[in-house]
Amino acid sequence: MTAPAVPLGQSTRKGRRELKNVLATTFIVGSFIVALVPLTLIVVYVARAGIKVFGLDFLTQDLPFSNRVAGGGMNAAIVGTLVITGTATAMAVPLGILGGIYLNEYGGSGVVARVVRFLADVMTGVPSIVMGLFIYTIWVLPRKDAGLTGFAGALALGCLMLPIVIRTAEEILKVVPDDLREGSYALGSRKAQTIWRVVFPNAAPGIISGALLGVARVAGETAPLLFTIGIVSTPNWNVFDGPNTALPQQIYINASVFGGFDAAKDRAWGAALALILIVFLFTLVARVITTIYARRSAAI
Amino acid sequence: MTDTATATTRFGPMTTTRDEPFTKGPEDTRPQEPEPEEEPERAREIVFELAGVEVRYSGVTAVEDVNLEIAANEITAFIGPSGCGKTTVLRSLNRMHDITPGAEVLGKITYHGEDLYAPKVDPAEVRRRIGMVFQKPNPFPKSVYDNIAYGPRINGTRHSEVEERVEKALTQAALWDEVEDKLKRSALALSGGQQQRLCIARCLAVEPDVILMDEPCSALDPIATARIEDLMDELKNEYTIVIVTHNMQQAARVSDRTAFFTAELDDAGNRRGRLVEYDLTETIFTTPCDPRTEGYITGRFG
Repeated sequence: MTAPAVPLGQSTRKGRRELKNVLATTFIVGSFIVALVPLTLIVVYVARAGIKVFGLDFLTQDLPFSNRVAGGGMNAAIVGTLVITGTATAMAVPLGILGGIYLNEYGGSGVVARVVRFLADVMTGVPSIVMGLFIYTIWVLPRKDAGLTGFAGALALGCLMLPIVIRTAEEILKVVPDDLREGSYALGSRKAQTIWRVVFPNAAPGIISGALLGVARVAGETAPLLFTIGIVSTPNWNVFDGPNTALPQQIYINASVFGGFDAAKDRAWGAALALILIVFLFTLVARVITTIYARRSAAI
Repeated sequence: MTDTATATTRFGPMTTTRDEPFTKGPEDTRPQEPEPEEEPERAREIVFELAGVEVRYSGVTAVEDVNLEIAANEITAFIGPSGCGKTTVLRSLNRMHDITPGAEVLGKITYHGEDLYAPKVDPAEVRRRIGMVFQKPNPFPKSVYDNIAYGPRINGTRHSEVEERVEKALTQAALWDEVEDKLKRSALALSGGQQQRLCIARCLAVEPDVILMDEPCSALDPIATARIEDLMDELKNEYTIVIVTHNMQQAARVSDRTAFFTAELDDAGNRRGRLVEYDLTETIFTTPCDPRTEGYITGRFG
């Protein structure tokens, strides 16, 4: 065999290609680093400012009698955030998943499905304070003094989550291959069996991630809680009875209303740190569950 | 399949079939029947009868004027160039078109003398009796065991019997020895050929009467293809098989009868498939009546 005229190592266009490769790599890595800067800065800054007050006492003690003095903890707000977000999730996630299943598996391009899809998109864009006002008007006001409860806040947060869950569930279900649906139908299974035993398990990790996005989004919402939950300084585990409080609300009050007092400012940073940690924990737990679920259903 | 007494209730409510012990099913009498090859004079039992079948997608005719009979315990092959409607006709045999929006089946298809598209017929029950294996292996992202057990489970097989069914189906599909110790592993970890045999086993596990195969070997290498062909030859004794294939040699090797389809452009410029010739495979490949068939099998077109 005769050797080719130009050895492989000396491609004629090699220089240009290498230059393009270097430029593209630099651009992509650079963008990644730039994107990372605000994320890291926020976490580092909140952690540094919040650590001053953060500790076991901060997590377990009641709020102080006055925001102006140091001391006390955020247990009431942590409990409030957990029960309110939890209740909102318990309402919005199952409903949202069922809605997504309806849109993708049953509704298709029918009139009802198109209307629901459109309304869900509109609802995603509604400012959260409007959602709070809406719940204030239809739920809190008619109940007079008993209206301000954790549940009212959960309703507002649920309304915010619902469209996010519906649309992500639909998008995830859309990418489940039709091969699997046909394989299931060909064995004599009915539509509901196909959806619950083949389509949904396949989409579950993605749907859970989508639901999680919704949870993380609303856990930090302040505006919908302003007129719906009232305020307390001791933990109230009962969402249906009596006012409640939440971390975002405490951040808002301590940082803005009492922002002139150092104790309140520090407390706000501590509450911010606690909120970030809670959302981080949610994410972690959901990821672990998703991984276990995916592994079990794939049984690798 | 000789059990004509039950023919009228073939599509009855699922509970009637569920309650019967499976050991009493008609399939137990099948192996004792004389094999068709040994007794060519025996009247063929007709499973499907297609009369003037036409399938439209969103109003556009994809294939029309299909008239043929498919007999029990035979392998019937559908061959023809791409776009000639052979897969479309195959999917009309187990009402797979019902789940395709816009698809419409006209004309008459009977299954053991019963109108397959009669309003009271339950499509899920049709598909339970008329199984399908697809072009691309499509195992569920579950374990090997759960893939096979899926069909029996959804069709109400008792828990205690599922395990037995799984082993039987995998053995029938000549896969048991290869996966015996991998039952809990993901089916997606199997090779392509194994996945396709898994899909065949999955289909066998619901104990169908007919198996429809849509180019089952097109994604497989020659060795895996040979294994599936051997398998089809064995399954023929118990099942009726209809196979769509692009591969003429495959049709010649495995099938008893061959239907040749072709596509022609209609006035509006759409491809329209039609059945050209349907006969014994030997006749189609040696002395076809239609010049188009001859042209295709001798490689002049398609």
